Amino acid sequence: MKTYIRSTVTISPQKTFNNPVFLNELTEYTSNRLTCIEPDYSEAIDPKLIRRMSRIIKMSVASALACLKDAEIASPDAIVTGTAYGCLEDTGIFLTNMVQENEEPVTPVAFVQSTHNTIGAQVALLIKCNRYNNTFVSSGASFENALLDAMMLLAENNTTNVLVGGMDEITDMSHIVLSRMGLYKRQPVSNLNLFNTNSKGTINGEGVAFFLLENTPSENDLACIDGAATFYKPEDIEGIKQHISAFLITQHINYNDINLLIIGNNGDAKNDEIYERLRQSVFNEIPSINYKHLCGEYPTSTAFATWLGANVIKNNNTPASLNNNYSPKTQINKVLIYNHYQNIYHSLILMSSC
Amino acid sequence: MNNAVFVVGVGVISGIGNNVTECLDALEKGKAGINKINYLRTNHRDLLPAAEVKLSNNELSAICGFSPTTSRTAMLSMIAAKEAWDNSGVNKLPALRTGFVSASTAGGIDKTEDFFTHFLADKTKGKLRDIINHECGSITNMVAEKLGIKSHISTISTACSSSANAIMYGARLIKHNILDAVIAGGTDALTRFTLNGFNTLLVLDEHYCKPFDENRNGLNLGEGAGYVVLVSEHVASLLKQRPYCALSGYFNANDAYHQTSTSFDGDGPYMAMAGALMMSGLQPGDIDYINLHGTGTQNNDSSEGAAIQRLFHPHYPKMSSTKSFTGHTLGASAGVEAVFSALAIQQGIVYPNLRLEEPMVAFPFAPETAFSKQQDIKHVLSNSVGFGGNCSSLIFSKL
Repeated sequence: MKTYIRSTVTISPQKTFNNPVFLNELTEYTSNRLTCIEPDYSEAIDPKLIRRMSRIIKMSVASALACLKDAEIASPDAIVTGTAYGCLEDTGIFLTNMVQENEEPVTPVAFVQSTHNTIGAQVALLIKCNRYNNTFVSSGASFENALLDAMMLLAENNTTNVLVGGMDEITDMSHIVLSRMGLYKRQPVSNLNLFNTNSKGTINGEGVAFFLLENTPSENDLACIDGAATFYKPEDIEGIKQHISAFLITQHINYNDINLLIIGNNGDAKNDEIYERLRQSVFNEIPSINYKHLCGEYPTSTAFATWLGANVIKNNNTPASLNNNYSPKTQINKVLIYNHYQNIYHSLILMSSC
Repeated sequence: MNNAVFVVGVGVISGIGNNVTECLDALEKGKAGINKINYLRTNHRDLLPAAEVKLSNNELSAICGFSPTTSRTAMLSMIAAKEAWDNSGVNKLPALRTGFVSASTAGGIDKTEDFFTHFLADKTKGKLRDIINHECGSITNMVAEKLGIKSHISTISTACSSSANAIMYGARLIKHNILDAVIAGGTDALTRFTLNGFNTLLVLDEHYCKPFDENRNGLNLGEGAGYVVLVSEHVASLLKQRPYCALSGYFNANDAYHQTSTSFDGDGPYMAMAGALMMSGLQPGDIDYINLHGTGTQNNDSSEGAAIQRLFHPHYPKMSSTKSFTGHTLGASAGVEAVFSALAIQQGIVYPNLRLEEPMVAFPFAPETAFSKQQDIKHVLSNSVGFGGNCSSLIFSKL
């Protein structure tokens, strides 16, 4: 079922929040950790509340409220979020406190805010939204399931709009732990040169992106989301192709209907081999752009990719800053996001012009 | 959209038993699973009772086939999900699109606690294998793989209502013709993280909890997992055994009142119950039994009771909180209680609310105190209320 993106807001490692120009300049990072560029929250959130909120909660609440404002909706019919890690900072604070104080932690604040549904709950609380509220914590398919839930809701009764978001944060501790797992590049690399490194590891990323989706068109839609699907641990490259082809069949399109691919390359040679093999076969001759040099690698990065896709469709062009020599010959009608997270979850999100 | 979704399999592990038969037996005999903490390594073991599953990690490992170093949350999940899956007979049908939708609040944090003890002293220390499955989603993936399920795997975490939302999501995936069958429910192990968290909130009773009692003094934590197997009408027709019941209604609402407490008038639980009733096409008078959220905290029971009064006055169905047996199993509770609800319909059972001495004076109703069987239970309402205002109600109906 087609859903219409009325508004979308992201806080990312690029200057994307409160910036009317679409990726007009890129922010360069030379370490393997990208950090969100945060706004001044005092305009969006009551300063008394800000003090208690962790970084992921602040970023998410500010994005959600801005997204609702842009769509001119006071309170949506549903709030659905997807986050693999949840509120890591508060989890880390409470765990540290508990271990160091030998199970006599003094304050429940971090515990209370560590639950994965805190973001959806805080947004509901601030705007007094009594409607459907759900949170997915499905690793690399968290945002995709939030999207699927939102799309199903929009096809059911009594729901005309849904606020849906994906978010994950890096904390100092999570970066140390994930680095020890060998996920990131050992040598300094510029994110703007990520795809020319041909080495092991990627760069750690984070971000928040919210969307206000409706089930009827308006004059103000940025783009449409036609469908979303995930598949789990495919056996081999042929299995991946079968899943992609099956998804396109359910969407009633062919490969050559796709005007632009947004692809999840992350700079890790082994990880990117899958994308390369698809580029040499089923994705052959379809123009594509990468996005993880902008936001880094994290389980809900496809929320950023969907924000990117919506703006590409609205502008009918990719930003010059992406330097990808892509100039559409015609209207960009269909954009397919394809990503895999550690070759565990693979996801497909089909977007179109309205 | 397909409209009917049926419960065709159930599986549960909790402080009162390691499977459906054992749990039913304890419910009938009035044997609570709440004891002095025995398995969790915690400084609070002498002070705070809890309903632990009565098996060590090594014993769980021997039953479920995971390594004993695996998160307890995953092992509990595996045991209950496998019981439900085998019980359903759906695994014998060929070529179905089957999903696993599991809920959890703790995920692999029991192992993360071990990791952190070493990690905080030295950032190069702590075994990575203890933190690699920290995420709730990783726990679900492990169990799905062992069950051989790939078509759809997802994880939901909305605090204490988590597995009610997993069951709703599973049902909707079937109604939208995305899946044919779903194992849906949730799992949570008792962990130091949650025990200390609830302890700092001052909501843990140092004695055995007394849900809906005037002198209730908080909740006891529990652990466990509970899953139902949901199928479409078509799949149900292929099975030899009759379904336990239909999932006839569900509703998710947010109380939007406070991060950890529910509104005085029970707006969230009221909307969840009323919405589920509307969806099922039933009137309040049609409900034969309510499986209460009934944690035993001052706030929950007042709020949930107020919502019940608003919706059901003056004709109250029978009701009880089985958390007086199992403790509060958090993200697993609605899964565990969905299993109890399906069994209540299949076998005509009303469960007792243990240790009720003085019913709450604010309300003209009181929970049942005795186990009874051979009742005509046509419709059961199961409530869940969580942190963040997340309230969900499910209605199960006799066929």
